[in-house]
Amino acid sequence: MFDLTGKVALVTGATGGIGEAIAKALHAQGATVAITGRRESELARVAESLGGARVIVAPADLADPAAPAALVEKIEAEAGSLDILVNNAGFTRDMLALRMGDADWNAVLEVDLNAPFRLARAALRGMMKKRWGRVVSIASIVGVTGNAGQANYAAAKAGLIGMSKSLAQEVATRGVTVNVVAPGFVKTAMTDALPEAARTALLSRIPTQRMGSPEDVAAAVVYLASPEAGWVTGQTLHVNGGMAMF
Amino acid sequence: MSETAEKVKKIVVEHLGVEEAKVTPEASFIDDLGADSLDTVELVMAFEEAFGVEIPDDAAEKITTVKDAIDYIEKQKAA
Repeated sequence: MFDLTGKVALVTGATGGIGEAIAKALHAQGATVAITGRRESELARVAESLGGARVIVAPADLADPAAPAALVEKIEAEAGSLDILVNNAGFTRDMLALRMGDADWNAVLEVDLNAPFRLARAALRGMMKKRWGRVVSIASIVGVTGNAGQANYAAAKAGLIGMSKSLAQEVATRGVTVNVVAPGFVKTAMTDALPEAARTALLSRIPTQRMGSPEDVAAAVVYLASPEAGWVTGQTLHVNGGMAMF
Repeated sequence: MSETAEKVKKIVVEHLGVEEAKVTPEASFIDDLGADSLDTVELVMAFEEAFGVEIPDDAAEKITTVKDAIDYIEKQKAA
């Protein structure tokens, strides 16, 4: 089950945290994995940990509107196709809305929502032609629940869910599925930045009483990327230790 | 048959997987050749790529038959 031999996957934001775990999990299932991100030294480290085989290192800055199409083109040229797109790259710029400038809003939307759309648009064409494809976007629990201080990030993540449902309907007849994984609080550099008190308060709201690991999220991505998940599309799979149940 | 017409026909046969004999000038992509709305978008993109022309959405909407496509592309190439 969940064999990805012969498939080519692109994972954005693969320089660490959840993205790195996703790249490793897809690779372990047999996929060729293209890893992208801004920090080349981190990409090199991840590539090395994957053993160097079936790995394509493709540095890119997704804040550049031209980067997504170029990235897809490069991978299709190098690997022959792109079968699985994992929109994982994202960042936060938290502040209360009253203090949030247009630049703070736009910067987050650009990378967390606009880039995933551009990547999907570029990747879907080849997938439709091949009559097989998987798009999995990493959203967040806050895209559904909202979170004070994260209007920009929550809007982008909610946007990914709406976008995915629409794309799923457009390409369903072509064997391409489009889904979302919405992690709760996962131990990464992003959540390490939270103050201790905030972390303790969060844990008390998680029924499993532990923070998630990047591997918890990666396993959900592997499932949705697999041939076995072909009848699952337009869905949001919540991976959050039971913190919110929808 | 013009070179453009030959090429259009070939693209239609390839994309829609229909018999060449069915791709007559009057054939409607949707009504006669079994295309859905996504197929028509893919066809227009394939025409754009093959002929190096741009087909804006309002023009694409009016291209419903094989002849429509050939005429539009020939006009663009002549311009």
